[in-house]
Parts: sequence; structure tokens; C-alpha cells
Amino acid sequence: MSLATVDIMVVLPEIVISVMACLVLVLDLYLPARFRMQTGFVLTLAILLAATLIILFSSVSDSVVGLNGMVVKDRISDLLKCGICLISAGVFLYSRRYAIERGFWRGEYLVLGLFGVVGMMIMTSANHLLTVYVGVELLALCLYAMVGMQRDSVSASEAAMKLFVLGALASGVLLYGMSLLYGLTGTLMISDISVAVTRFGPPDLPLLLALILVVVGLLFKIGAVPFHMWVPDVYDGAPTSTTLFIAAAPKLAACGMILRLLAEGLEGLFQTWQEMLIAASLFSIVLGNVVAIAQKNIKRMLAYSAISHMGFFLLGILSGTALGYSAALVYILIYGVITLGVFGVILGLSRKGAEANQIEDYKGLNHTHPWLAFLMLLLMFSLAGVPPTIGFYAKLSVLQSVIKADLAWVAVVAVIFAVIGAFYYLRVVKIMYFESPADSGEIQLNCGNSQRLVLSLNALAVVVAMPWIGILVDICNQAVASL
Amino acid sequence: MAALGMTVLDQHTLSLVIWLPVLGGVLVLASGGDRNAPVARKLALGFSLATFVLSLSLYTGFDVSKSSMQFIEHYNWVGALNIYYHLGIDGISMPLILLTSLLTLVVIIAGWEVIQDRVAQYLAAFLIMEGLMIGVFSALDAILFYVFWEAMLIPMFLIIGIWGGPNRVYAAVKFFLYTLLGSLLMLVAIVYLYFATGQSFSILDFHTVPLGYSVQVYLFLAFFAAFAVKVPMFPVHTWLPDAHVEAPTGGSVILAAITLKMGAYGFLRFSIPIAPDAAHHLAGVIIGLSLVAVVYIALVALVQRDMKKLIAYSSISHMGFVTLGLFIFDTQGMEGAIVQMISHGFVSGALFLCVGVLYDRVHSREISSYGGVVNTMPVFAAFFVFFAMANAGLPGTSGFVGEFLVILGSFRTNGWFAVVAGTTLVLGAAYTLWMVKRVVFGPVANDNVKALLDIKGREKVVLATLAACVLALGVFPLPLLEVVHASVENLLQHAAQTKL
Repeated sequence: MSLATVDIMVVLPEIVISVMACLVLVLDLYLPARFRMQTGFVLTLAILLAATLIILFSSVSDSVVGLNGMVVKDRISDLLKCGICLISAGVFLYSRRYAIERGFWRGEYLVLGLFGVVGMMIMTSANHLLTVYVGVELLALCLYAMVGMQRDSVSASEAAMKLFVLGALASGVLLYGMSLLYGLTGTLMISDISVAVTRFGPPDLPLLLALILVVVGLLFKIGAVPFHMWVPDVYDGAPTSTTLFIAAAPKLAACGMILRLLAEGLEGLFQTWQEMLIAASLFSIVLGNVVAIAQKNIKRMLAYSAISHMGFFLLGILSGTALGYSAALVYILIYGVITLGVFGVILGLSRKGAEANQIEDYKGLNHTHPWLAFLMLLLMFSLAGVPPTIGFYAKLSVLQSVIKADLAWVAVVAVIFAVIGAFYYLRVVKIMYFESPADSGEIQLNCGNSQRLVLSLNALAVVVAMPWIGILVDICNQAVASL
Repeated sequence: MAALGMTVLDQHTLSLVIWLPVLGGVLVLASGGDRNAPVARKLALGFSLATFVLSLSLYTGFDVSKSSMQFIEHYNWVGALNIYYHLGIDGISMPLILLTSLLTLVVIIAGWEVIQDRVAQYLAAFLIMEGLMIGVFSALDAILFYVFWEAMLIPMFLIIGIWGGPNRVYAAVKFFLYTLLGSLLMLVAIVYLYFATGQSFSILDFHTVPLGYSVQVYLFLAFFAAFAVKVPMFPVHTWLPDAHVEAPTGGSVILAAITLKMGAYGFLRFSIPIAPDAAHHLAGVIIGLSLVAVVYIALVALVQRDMKKLIAYSSISHMGFVTLGLFIFDTQGMEGAIVQMISHGFVSGALFLCVGVLYDRVHSREISSYGGVVNTMPVFAAFFVFFAMANAGLPGTSGFVGEFLVILGSFRTNGWFAVVAGTTLVLGAAYTLWMVKRVVFGPVANDNVKALLDIKGREKVVLATLAACVLALGVFPLPLLEVVHASVENLLQHAAQTKL
């Protein structure tokens, strides 16, 4: 068995990132302390950007299978990998100052992040159940460590513990489902499973059990109700930089995994998993939006907001059409960009000893930092899905796919709770714009020029990109066509 | 170069009228903090004046004999979903665009010295909102329409919340959530229509697609949720008095003069032509609600102590007239409703400015804080009385033309409608004139009134402009009726045909 060029081509970005991550680790050991932080940081950004370029230049129009069918490279994986790399580069840029001030900006943090990125990329291009599992676990192991990176923080350790125990449980459930699938179909190859499942006809009990276990595992990973319990605690407990890392890019990876497993592998059981996803999606939208109203901590609020957004994302998947999958892709990419911006603002306002965690901390931000307040305003309206932001377009596309699938009632319920959801985003705007700053002057801008520039571009993009949104839609449609 | 400029101007007039103020708003925002306030004011004035002048070319270039869309612009936006950047205006939307650009200019002049806090943000909000509102009136693609319609909420939300009165936060959030709920149901209806028309978001395609009766009823109700809240119709009007009372003067003016018209415009552009059968069947309900608004809300207005609240309730009552005129399906009634929309824009805007003039000086909106204002502010009193008369529908003012046409139209449909609607002439006169009597006439009530200074150049210009409009429309409404006529005829003919 020899390694052909095509095999290397398929996983080239993953190879590059893995090798370079080791380099970062080694350099971190040997470089003098004063160079370490800079070098690692610059190198990490360079690696991620290089990986993006590699993906762009090696992009293919048809799917290419490599490594004996273990991995696949197609438009979906290319698109999601580009998104993952760019968003992760943004994450590292925004996190730098925060992590340095709290003393966990070490080589390991970067390396763990890079390996996490590799894990996500493997998830998006898996063509084999074991590859899926390897990707999931690689990402999860990195996340456990990154959450617990701030060793002197009790809440971070608690969050790491919760994420670890529950994450391991979910991985176990997913693996159990996969093993049942293997037992029933005799193959681990997703494309073969698809064929085998179609042959089965109406699902019998073992197949149903396998499906349920797989769906539970997936819902757990994206944090949809009723498997959402870890989300608020982890978002809240983890250092904000890690929260951002968890909140943005892994959702893209999970999207890829769901498309591969449900839309491709288990397509034959569409009727059955559609029902499960309708329930999960609506409960996520309802619970996420209602509970978020009660939150005083902005990270917890964003956690519940993430739960409701995953509900909206599932609306696209459960439509079960190319239109729906494309809408889900559009949704998750837009959500990633917005989330990156929101946490960028939070990180930009956090200093050592003064985390900008409470919603109250943003009081009168328009008086003290009008520009940052304006960016946050755009991002909040975008999360709420109000035009003219791209967040609106994301919601429109999933609602459209749901109505097309003759589920107008689902759309109506989702819309009503979107209005309820608008309330807590508005409250952030209200606090920033309509109230006077607190006397203590807790909030201070704490970010470098490059960070501020990228953050501005990031947040402005949610409005300015609107006229060109058609391009993104075209790309996603083409990507889904290759499924 | 000049020729190129002229072609751009000719072919993209609508786009320019929409995006010029938005650009202005961004520039004003960029002009910085309150230290640069004079620059921000001049920039804003320049841009709003340019927009107004440009919008006049929509009138001069308008062909009144055509009922089809004019000044059409059609570009690809999201090709995969057939969403287009599609603009165009007819006789119904063109006057509303002129009204928008004129009133924004007025509001910017009116806020010249009054607003001292975060001037650039204030002016930018109005300019951006102007562009978005004009966008609402000229969008022919449903998604484009929806984007403008919703985006407009953001600046208004900020205007009420930042520069408003003591209870502004409550009013701003109520305003936003009320309108958002209505509009999201409209969005579902739009997406449904997209599939019903074979994947088109064009409003003109929505007009022609055949629809079953029950589908029409659901669609009508979904659109109704959005537009009735905006108009606002009884019983979903409760956000309006709160928003008006708390908003700064400029915000109240735009809210009353233009935002409310967006609801009525929605009925004309969406509800009636898309679901004509449902509209005919449900007309009775809407006429009933309109008459309740006309009479009951007028009675509510009668007992208000706060001037702004009184004018807010008077607005609801007058808008009841508009919805009545729209749903009696009569040429004169509908034309009357449109005239009433424009007239109400001038009159209510002017009345809010008058209250603003008093509020800037005394910092009270209570009627009981005033009395005998005519003694210290004779010029202002003259304007105030004039606008009050127009609000009461005195012949010779624009208020009369609209109300008269609507009453005439409703006589033909059902005499009782006219009788009930006619009470507004009595009640409207009662609440407006009673307020004027208590505020303007009589002996000087207290030291505050004694110390009042009469209006100066800037305020005079603003009020005189609006007074001239009210008078011109009242004495010679023909130019407006001419513009409106072909489109209204066309709409009524379309609505008379069943779509089942």
C-alpha cells in the first residue's frame, strides 16, 4: 500500500497544520522567553492562513476520496475548512492579550488550539465512521485541556470537568450508535452505509436504536435541547478566549459531521430523524430564547442564545432538501462570523481583574466607547436576525427551506420565539445606549490595533456584506450539490 | 463626464434618493463627537436638502397617465433565490417619498439647537432612516421591502431610547417588539408567496398569482398583523401613545408623519392586491375597527392632559379614516385616504413641532402648564391655531379634502359609515380646539408663560413651510389627485377581479 499523491492532496492542510503545530511546540521549548509569545502567535496565524490558501488552491469541483476511502475532499469540506481556519485565526488574534494577562498564553495553548483545528477539519471531511470519531475525539481532547488551562480558576476547572465527563459520555453514545450501524450494515464507510440503509426499508428496532444513539451524540456535540446542559456552564466557566474557541469554529465542524452522517449516510431514514430533529430544534429555540432572558451574565446569555441558534440551524437540516442543507450551511457560516465578533468585543473589553462578563458591565458603553458600542449593536441585531444584517438572511434562508418542506407551523413557532429572543439582544443594546456609565468606570478598552482593526472589519461585515450575500449562497448551493 | 452624470441621475434617481441620505448619515456619524457638532449639522442639512431636491425630480419626471411602475431599477441580488434589487414607484408611492424627504429636512432644521447631546448620532439616525423609509416606498422585491421595513426599526428604536423622555426605555422596547412580531408574520407570508408564485419574490408577481380563499385569508391576516400594528389600528395601537410621548420632537414627527403611512401603504401594496377576495370579505371587520378608532379614540383624545398624547390619539383617529377609505373600495374613498395620509403627514408633523416649540421653552407637555400663550407668542399662536384648524378638517386646509372625499366615498357604500365617520368632524374639532383654547387663549396663566419668547427665524421657516403645504393641498389638491388617480383606478380594477 503506497501513499499516492491524491491521498496527500486530500489531507494536505491537516498534515501542514499538524507538522507546524509540532514546530510551534518545539520552538516554544528552545526560544528565549522574550521571543516565545510573539513567535508562536505569528506562526499560528501564518499556519492557519497558509492552510486556507492550500485549501483554496487545491479546491476541487467533484469529490475526491483518499486514504482508502477514509477521507473525502469535496466542496463542503473545502468551504467548512476555510471557515474553520479563518475563524480560528480570528480567535487566536482576539484571545492573545486576554490570555497573556491571565498567564495561560503558552505554547501548549496554541498547539492545543491547532490540533483542535485539525480535529475539526477531519470531522468535516470524514467519509468513514472511524474518521468521524477520530476527529471528534481529537477536538474534544484539545477542548478539555483548553477549558482547564487557567489552572488557578475554580470555575474553569469545574467547567473542564463537566465538559470532560459529559463529552466523554456523548462520545460513548455516538460510538455505540456507530458500532450498531456497523453491526447492521457490515461497513463503516458512510457512502456504503447509505446504500445499505436504503435497502433496509422501514427501520426495525436495532436500526432505530442505532439512529437514535447517533442523533443523540450529534445533538450533544452541538448543544441542542435536551442535551444542552453542558453549554451554559462551559461557556460561563471557561476563560473567555476558550469560550470563543468553543463557540465559533466547532459548530462549523459539527455542521459538516451532521451533513455527512445524517444527510448522506442515513438519508434513507430521513422520515425518522426528521421527527427527532423537529422536536430538538423547536425545544432548543423555545428553551434557549426563554431562558436567555433571565441571564445576567453575558456569557451565559450567549450560551442560551447559541442553543437557540443551533435550533435554527437544525431547521435547515431537518428540511431534508438541498435547499435546506444549503440554508443550514449559510446559517452556520454566518453564525460563526457573528459569534466571533461578539466575543471579540467581550475580549476587547476585559482586563486583568475585570472580566466584562456581566451585562451590567456594558452600561453606557456608547458614552465611553461609541465605536465599540456601535459594533456590538450591529452584532446584537445580527444575532436577533433583524435586517439589514446577514443574521436576517441566515434566518430567512432556513425559514424558507422549512416552509418549502411543508412545515409552515414549525416556521411560525420559530418566528414567534425569535421575537421573544430579540428581547435579550435588545437589552444589551439598551444597556449600552440608553443608560449612563457606572461611576466606577470598570470598562476600559484593552485591545491592540490589529485586533481592533480586525474586529471592526468583522463586525461591519455583518451589514456591509449584505449586498454580496448572493455569492455566499451560490457557494453553499454548489457545495451541497456535491453531497 | 457631465453627460455620464446625467444618465446616472436619470436611470438611478430612486437609488440615489435612497442611498444619498444613508451615505450622508454615515459621513455625519464619522464627523465625530459633540465638539464637531456644527460640522455634523451642516453636513446633515446639506445631504437632506440634496435628497429633497433630487426627490423633486421624481415628481417632474413622473408620467401621471401611466398606472404602471416608473423609474424602474432591476438588478440581481441573490440569484439563487431570485431575490432582486428591484425598485419602482407609482402614483401611490411617489407622494409618500416626497413627504419623507421634505419632513426629514424639516426635522433636521427643527432639531438644530434643540439637540445638544450626541448631535452627530441624532442626525445620522434621521438621515439613515430617511433612506430606509424611501426604500420601503420604492421596493418592488418583497425581501428588499422587508429589509428596509425592518431596518427602519433600528434608528427609530435608538432615537426614542437615547433622546427620549423619562420613560423612554420602556417605550422604545415596546415599540420595537410590537412591530417586530407583526413583521415576522409578514415574512412567513412572503416566503409562502415565494413558493406559491413558483419562486419569485417580486411584489408584482404576488399581485397576479391565483390563490385559494382560505390561503388568501391566512395571508391577509399575516400581512394585517404587520400593517395594522404600524398604522396603528385599534386595538393594537397602544404602543403609539407611549412611543410618541417619550420620543424627542423629531422622532414624533417622523413617527406620525411617515412611519404610520408605511402601514397604510402596506395595505395598498400588499394586502388588497394580493388577497383581494379576502380583503373584500374581511372589509367589514376592518371598517368596523376603523370606525371604532375614529370615534372611540377621538373620545380618548378628548380627555388627555398631555399635548403629545392628545395629538398621538388624534393621529390614530385620523388613520382610522385612512383605513376606512381604503377598505370601502371606492375610487374617491381611496384617493381621499391617500390625500388624508399626505395631509396628516404635514398636519401632525406640524402639531408635534408646535408642541416641541413649547416644550423646549417650558419643559412641560401638560396642557395645564400653559394658558394665554398668544399674549407672549403671537406668531407662534397663529401657526398653532392654523394647524389645529387643519387637524379639525377646516375647509381650505388639506385636512378637509381627505376627510371629505372619504366621507363622500363611504356614503356610496353605506350611508351609516358616513354618518359614524362624520362624527369625527365634530369630535376632532372638539379635542383640538379645546386644547388650543386652554393652551393659547385666555389670560397669561403663570410666570413660565409670561417669560416665553416668540419663535425665531429657524422655527418660523419650519412652520411656515408646513403651513404653505397644508394650505396649498387644501386649496388646490389637483396635482396630488392627478398623480394618484391612475394608480388607484388600476388597483381598484385589480382588486375587483377575483383571484380564486
